[in-house]
Amino acid sequence: MTKISEAFQKGKAFIPFITCGDPDLETTGRIVREMSKNGADIIELGIPFSDPTAEGPVIQAANIRALNGGITTDTIFDFVRDLRKDISTPLVFMTYANVVYSYGTERFVSRCAEIGINGIILPDVPFEEKAEFSSACEASGVNFISLIAPTSENRIAIIAREAKGFIYLVSSLGVTGTRSEIKTDLRSIIRIIRDNTNIPCAIGFGISTPEQAKKMAEIADGVIVGSAIVKLAAQYGTDASNPIGEYIATMKKSVLITE
Amino acid sequence: MTNPNGRFGSHGGQYIPETLMNAVIELEAAYNRYKSDSQFQQEFISLLNDYGGRPSRLYYAEKMTAELGGAKIYLKREDLNHTGSHKINNVLGQVLLAKKMGKTRLIAETGAGQHGVATATAAALMGMECVVFMGEEDTKRQALNVYRMRLLGAEVVSVKSGTATLKDAVSEAMREWSSRISDTHYCLGSVMGPHPFPTIVRDFQSVISREARQQILEKEGRLPDAVIACVGGGSNAIGSFYHFIGDENVQLIGCEAAGRGIDTFETAATIATGREGIFHGMKSYFCQDQYGQIAPVYSISAGLDYPGIGPEHAWLHDIGRAKYVPVTDDEAVDAFEYLSRTEGIIPAIESAHAVAHAIKIAPTMPGKIIVITISGRGDKDCAAIARYRGEELYD
Repeated sequence: MTKISEAFQKGKAFIPFITCGDPDLETTGRIVREMSKNGADIIELGIPFSDPTAEGPVIQAANIRALNGGITTDTIFDFVRDLRKDISTPLVFMTYANVVYSYGTERFVSRCAEIGINGIILPDVPFEEKAEFSSACEASGVNFISLIAPTSENRIAIIAREAKGFIYLVSSLGVTGTRSEIKTDLRSIIRIIRDNTNIPCAIGFGISTPEQAKKMAEIADGVIVGSAIVKLAAQYGTDASNPIGEYIATMKKSVLITE
Repeated sequence: MTNPNGRFGSHGGQYIPETLMNAVIELEAAYNRYKSDSQFQQEFISLLNDYGGRPSRLYYAEKMTAELGGAKIYLKREDLNHTGSHKINNVLGQVLLAKKMGKTRLIAETGAGQHGVATATAAALMGMECVVFMGEEDTKRQALNVYRMRLLGAEVVSVKSGTATLKDAVSEAMREWSSRISDTHYCLGSVMGPHPFPTIVRDFQSVISREARQQILEKEGRLPDAVIACVGGGSNAIGSFYHFIGDENVQLIGCEAAGRGIDTFETAATIATGREGIFHGMKSYFCQDQYGQIAPVYSISAGLDYPGIGPEHAWLHDIGRAKYVPVTDDEAVDAFEYLSRTEGIIPAIESAHAVAHAIKIAPTMPGKIIVITISGRGDKDCAAIARYRGEELYD
C-alpha cells in the first residue's frame, strides 16, 4: 500500500488543491499548513503552466498570477523540500505534460521522490500516452494518478486496472470550475471501477459546497476541491490561509458525516 | 500504448484530457471508414470542385521570373479558392465527415480568420451551427474576417486569455469541446493537435500537391526543384509537400514567421527557436522557456502567430527531408508589396513569407523551377500592412 492509498484508511478523504506561488510561495506554505491542520488527507499542489487547457477561468488566472510572480519548477521543488520538514500529509503534484517533459521526465520524477512528493497528476496525459511518464514514476515510487471521465465508458475498466494511488474521477464534462449541479451518473462509473480495482476513487471537478461534497463522499472514497479554494486565494491574497483553513474544516466535516 | 498511426517519428500522439479520448477515437474510426468510401470521396471531390472552385491554377509568374533572373517561378493559386484560402480544402472534408457522424454543431479556432471564415461558410452550406474562437488581439487585426464569419451565421467568441492570439483560441476551442462533445465536431484548422487531426487535415490538404505535381508535369514535363510554402501549424505547407515527399530531388522549404527576428523574443519561428515539447495534444517543437512554459510568440501575420508546428513537419525536419527557414515581418511585407506590384496578385501576409524566401533564392537558381504556394489572398491584410507602413485606412 502506498502512502496515498493509506490516506483513505481513516474514512472518506478530503483532497484540496492549491496553485503554488499564488500569489507567492510564502502564502502557499501557510495555506498548505492550514490545510494539513484542518483535515486535508492529501494535498494537490499545482505547478503553474502558461496554457492550462483543462482549467476553467479561476485556475487559469491563478496560474498566471503565480507565473507573473516569477515562480519556476525549481523554486517549487525547494519549497516542497522545506514543507516536508513539518508536513507529513501526502502531497501530489498537479501540472501539465510539458512542465514534466521539458524538465526531463526522469529527472523531474526523481526530484519528486527525493523531496517527498507522493504522486503526479497530468490532466493532458491519457491512458494511451501514460507509459513514458508512469514508467519513470514506478521506478521512483511516485504514483502516477489516472483520471476517468464521464465519457470514458468502455475505457473505465482498462484505466482502473492499471491505476495507482487513487483514481481521479472527473465529475462532469468540461474544464475545472464550480458547478451548481453535477448530473453525471457517477454511481455506475464507480461500480465498474470497483469491479476492476481495489484502489480508492476520489471525485473532483465542480465541487464547492459542503452539500455537494457530502453527496460525492456518499458514493466515492474521497472528494477533491480546487477552484472553490483558488477563488478564496484570489479573494484574500496573502491573507488567504485562514479563510482557506476554515473552509477545509467545514468541507472535511461534511465529508466525514457520511460515514 | 500510444497509437502508432498517430506518430511521425517521436512526434504526434494524443496528449489530451481523458474526457476527449473517446471523441478522437470515434473520429479516427469514422475517418478510416469514410476515407475508403467511394461515395464519400465523390461527394468530397464535387464539393471541392463545384463549391470550392478547384482545381486551383498553377500560374507561371513570368514577370517575377524575369525580374529575379534565376529560377522559373510558378504560383499555386490557393488564393483563388472559395473563401480566399487553402483552408476550405480541409474544412469541406471535415464538415462532410462531421455531418456523416451525425454532428450538428461545429467549433473552430482561427488566427487570421481564414479558417474561421471557411468553417462558417461550410456550416452555412451544410446547415450546421458554428462557433469560432478567435484571440481578441486577432479580432482587432482581422476585423473584416470577424464580420464575414458573423455574416455567414457563425458566432465569434473573442478569447481574452493568455496572449489573446491563435494558441489561446486553440486552448479555448479544446476547452469548449471537452464540455460539449456529443453533438459537436471540433473542426481543427491545421495539421496539429491530437491524432487523428494531423493526418486528417494533411490528407484533405494534400489535394494541393496532387494537383501541382500533375500541373507542373503538364507544363514543364518535369518536376520542380523546390516547393516553397509558409508554415504556422503547417497545413498549406504539408498539403503542398505531401505528393512530392517521395521525389527526393524536389526540395521542400517551409517558411516560418520570424517576426522581428529570430534573435529577438518577438518571433514565432518554431523550428529555428523552439525545442521538443508537448502541447495542444501533440509532441512536437514549441517555442518555450527552460521550464516548458509556452512562449508568447509574435508575428505580423495572425495566421503564423503560433508557438508550435505540426508533428509531421517536426519529423520532416528531423529526417532532413524538408528545410524550414525564418522570414521576418519586414521581408514578408516587402514581398507582399512586391507580388502585388509585379504580378497583380495580392497574397495573404502569411503566403508573403513564402514569396519572400523565393525572392531570396530564385536568383541563385538559374534553369531551375520553383513552385510557391500562395495559400490565401491578401485583401484581409491591407489595413494592417498600410498601418505597418504608417498609413491609416478608413472605410
